[in-house]
Amino acid sequence: MRVGLFIPCYVDQLYPDVALATLEVLESVGCEVEYPEAQTCCGQPMANTGCFAEAVPLARRFVATFAGFEYVVAPSGSCVAMVRSHYAELLHDDPSYKSLAPRVLDLSEFLVDVIGVEKLPVRPFAYRVGLHQSCHGLRELRIGRSSERMLENFNKTRRVLERMTGIEFTQLSRPDECCGFGGTFAVAEEAISCAMGNDRIADHEQAQSQVMTAGDMSCLMHLEGLIRRQKKPIAVLHVAQILAGRVPEIANV
Amino acid sequence: MSTRLAVLAPSQAHPTRAALFVANDERMHWHDKALWFVRQKRDKAAASVPEWERLRELASQIKTHTLIHLPEYLEAFEAKARALGAEVHWAKDAAEHNAIVLGILEAASAKRVVKSKSMLTEECHLNPFLEQRGYEVVDTDLGERIVQFRNEAPSHIVLPAIHIRKEEVGDTFHEHLGTEAGASDPQYLTEAARGHLRAKFMEADVGITGVNFAIAETGGFVVCTNEGNADLGTALPKIHIACMGIEKLLPRTRDLAVFLRLLARSATGQPITTYSSHFFGPRPQGKLHIILLDNGRSAISQSPEFKSSLHCIRCGACMNTCPVYRRSGGHSYGTTVPGPIGSILAPARDPQAYQSLPYACSLCGSCTDVCPVKINLHEQLLLMRHEVTRQGFLPRLKQLSMTLAGFVFQRPRLYAFLGAMGRGFARLLPTRWVNNRLNGWGRQRDLPPLPAKSFRALYRNRKPPR
Amino acid sequence: MSSRSSILTALRARPRVPSPAPLPALDEPFCTYPDPLAKFAEVLATVGGKAISVASHAEAQRVLQSEPAYRDAKLICSLVPGIGAPNLDLLQVADPHELEAVDFAVAPGRLAVAENAAIWVREADVPTRALLFITQHLCLVIDRTMLVSNMHEAYAQLELGKAEFGVFISGPSKTADIEQSLVIGAHGSRSLIVLVVG
Repeated sequence: MRVGLFIPCYVDQLYPDVALATLEVLESVGCEVEYPEAQTCCGQPMANTGCFAEAVPLARRFVATFAGFEYVVAPSGSCVAMVRSHYAELLHDDPSYKSLAPRVLDLSEFLVDVIGVEKLPVRPFAYRVGLHQSCHGLRELRIGRSSERMLENFNKTRRVLERMTGIEFTQLSRPDECCGFGGTFAVAEEAISCAMGNDRIADHEQAQSQVMTAGDMSCLMHLEGLIRRQKKPIAVLHVAQILAGRVPEIANV
Repeated sequence: MSTRLAVLAPSQAHPTRAALFVANDERMHWHDKALWFVRQKRDKAAASVPEWERLRELASQIKTHTLIHLPEYLEAFEAKARALGAEVHWAKDAAEHNAIVLGILEAASAKRVVKSKSMLTEECHLNPFLEQRGYEVVDTDLGERIVQFRNEAPSHIVLPAIHIRKEEVGDTFHEHLGTEAGASDPQYLTEAARGHLRAKFMEADVGITGVNFAIAETGGFVVCTNEGNADLGTALPKIHIACMGIEKLLPRTRDLAVFLRLLARSATGQPITTYSSHFFGPRPQGKLHIILLDNGRSAISQSPEFKSSLHCIRCGACMNTCPVYRRSGGHSYGTTVPGPIGSILAPARDPQAYQSLPYACSLCGSCTDVCPVKINLHEQLLLMRHEVTRQGFLPRLKQLSMTLAGFVFQRPRLYAFLGAMGRGFARLLPTRWVNNRLNGWGRQRDLPPLPAKSFRALYRNRKPPR
Repeated sequence: MSSRSSILTALRARPRVPSPAPLPALDEPFCTYPDPLAKFAEVLATVGGKAISVASHAEAQRVLQSEPAYRDAKLICSLVPGIGAPNLDLLQVADPHELEAVDFAVAPGRLAVAENAAIWVREADVPTRALLFITQHLCLVIDRTMLVSNMHEAYAQLELGKAEFGVFISGPSKTADIEQSLVIGAHGSRSLIVLVVG
C-alpha cells in the first residue's frame, strides 16, 4: 500500500522525531511510505485567520502533491481536518480534491479503519498515560465520541494505544476539554490560551499522569511549553512516538 | 473600567478584557467551575433521553424549514393571533420596537412595568429608554434584578448574574432592600427578593415578557421560566406586551414537544422549566400586544453561511461549554448575547465593531456538539473570520504576516531554508532572549529544544533522493 | 412602506429554491416508560415536588390534612370538589390582586407527563389564573389515567388553539440565580403536591 506521509510544517521543523516515529509505525505495518518534499504547510494558519485567499494556493499545492497516493497519513487530526473538511471552502467542487479528500487520514484512524489495530506490533509501555483528546480529531474527524454527544462511546486513538502492554489510562475530570492552543489563538488570546492549558495540566496532575499524549503535536507543543516553563514532572509524547517504542524521560520512576 | 475599554481598538477588545478577567485567577476558576457544573448537569439530562441526538436533528430540520418559509409563517401567525384578540405590531429595529412599547404605555396611562427575562428587550436597550421617560421598569427575574440593581448588563443569557458572588449580592441587597449587612445566604437573599418583587407585581400596570416559541398554526406563544415571574407579571396587570424576534416561530403545536424537551435540559439540566406557559390571546378583560422585531434578522436570514444562527433557542449551552467564555466572562464580549452564538450574531451585523469576537475562540467545536438545534457554531465562527478579513477589518500586522507566510509556504526550498536559518539562529541565542516578554508565545511557554535538523533533512539522509 | 411589508420583503429578498427542507412528521416512536407513574413520581421528586397516590378524593382529603403546608394554611382555595376545605370562593374574586394572601390552592390538572413531571393546567379549570402562581403552596390533582410518557404524547392529546391559556407546571417555583444555589420558592409556589387519584 502506497502511503503519502503528510508532515505538518511545525512538526517538520520542530519535532522531527514525531515525523520519524510516524514513518516507522507506518512501515512496521507494511506500508510503502513516501514523504514528498514538495509539501510545506496545509494552509490552516491562514484559513483559520480568515485569509482564505492566502490559503487557496497552498490547498492547490497540497492536492497536486498528494493526488497520486492511495492514502495520505498525518500525525495530526487538525491538519487532516483542514484538508478533508475545510478545503471544501477553498476548492469547492474541484474534482481532484474531491477524490483525494476521503483518503487523507489521521494516523489513529488509518491504523484502526484501514490497517486494523491487530497488525500493530505489541510493545510494552508501562506508564500512567493521560490521553489528551485533540479537538479537531475528536469533533471534526470524529476519531472518538465527544462528551457532548449522546452516542455509544468509542475512541480510535485510545484503541491504538491499548495495543501497548502495561499501559494505564488516567481518569481526567474533564475528558475532552480544549487545551487552548487554537493556532494563532495561542498568541492573539494569550491569557485565555495559557489559562486553558494550565487547567488541562492541572487535570493531568490530579489524575497522576506520568505521560501526556495526544494525536496532535500542536496541542502538545503548547502544553509542553507550559510544562517546561513550570518544570512540572509530566513527560510529553505524541501517540506515534509511543507506538514506535520511544521511552519517556521521567524523573523518579 | 468600561469607559477605558470602550476606546480599545476593536481587535483588542476581547483579548484585553479577557486578560483582565484571567488576571484574577481565583475568581476566574470560580466562574469556570460554576459554568462547568451547569454543563455537567446538561450532560446528565441529555443522557437520560435515549433519542437525544435524534431530537437535535429534528429540531434542526424544523428550524431550517421554518426559516425558509418564514414570511408565510409570520403572516399566518399574525392572522391567528389577531383572531384570538391580540394586537400585533411589527418593528424594523430597536428604535421602532421601543417606540411601540412607549406608545402602548402612553395610551394606557401606565407608569409601572414589570418585565420578565427577555434578551430581546436587552438587545433593544428598552429599560434605559423607558426609564429616561419617567417609567419604572422592574426586572423580575432574580438574576436580572441583581444586575439591574448593580447597573450592569447580564453576563449570560440564562444565568444573568453568574459572574457575581453571593457576598456581592448580599451587599447589593443590603443597599437596595435593607437586608442584614454581611448576609449572603442565597435562601435568605432570595426570600428578600421575593417579598420586594411581590410588591412590584401587585402595583404594576403592564407586564412585559419575551417569547420562547410562537406557533404559526394557532397564533399562540410559549414563555418558559423557573421562577414564575412571567406568569405573575401577566396574570396581575391587565396589559401584557410580548416582545419576540421574528425567528421565534414554529409551524405547529406538536413541534413544541421537540423544543421543550431540548430547551431546559440544554440550559440548566432540568427536564423542563417549572412553568411553560402557553398564551392564546389576551386574558379575560385584558389586553395582549405582540411585537415582532426584525433588527437585522431578515438580513442574516439571507446569508447562506450565517442564516442558521437564527435557529438559536437561547439555551446558553454554548456559553456553558465554551472554554473561552468560562474563563473570560460574559462581559468580555461587549454584546447583549455573549459566547459562541453572540460572536456570530454581533459581527454578522457589524463586522468592524465586533471584529475580535470570531477570534475569541480556539475552534474546539464543543459548542457545535452541545447545541440542541445543531447550529454549526464553530464553522460559522471560522467563516466569520473570513468575512472580517474579506471586508478588510483584519488588523494590518496579522494580514501582513499571513501574506508573508503564504508566500513562503508556496516555495518549499525557501521554506526549508528559512526554517533551518530560524532554528539555527534561535539555537545560538540565550533561551531567555527567545522566550522574552514581547513574544506572545514565549511569555508563559518554552519552545522545545530546537533540533539541529528538520524531518525533511533527516528523511533525505535516510533514503537516497529520487 | 410599512415595517410589516419591509420586513416581509427583506425576508423574501433572495429567490427561494423549492424547499429542500420538509417538516418532519414527528410520528416516530419516542421513548416511553413501562410504568409512567413511577417515572413521574421519580422525576417530580428531583424537581422539588411530591407525588402521592390516593384511591379516592376522600383519601386525598385525609392525606392533605397530614401535610404541614395545608394544615398551617389560613386562606385556602380549592377548585377540586371534595379536596381541600376552601375558605375563599373564587367566584367572589373580581380582581386577581385579591388573591395575594392565599396560602394554599388546590387545582385540577388535565394531563401529566412522566419524562419531566409536567402537569398541564388550563384556564377553563382555573378561571383566575393568577391563583396558580400567587398562592404560597400549590396542590394539583390528576387522574391516574391522565399520565403519558413524553411531550409528544402530551401535545397529541391537548387541544390547543382556542383562546385559552394553559401551562405546564413541573415542581414548585425555583431559582438558582445566586451562585447556582437552588432555592425553592422564587416568585410562585413554595411547594407542589401532586395527588394522583385512582
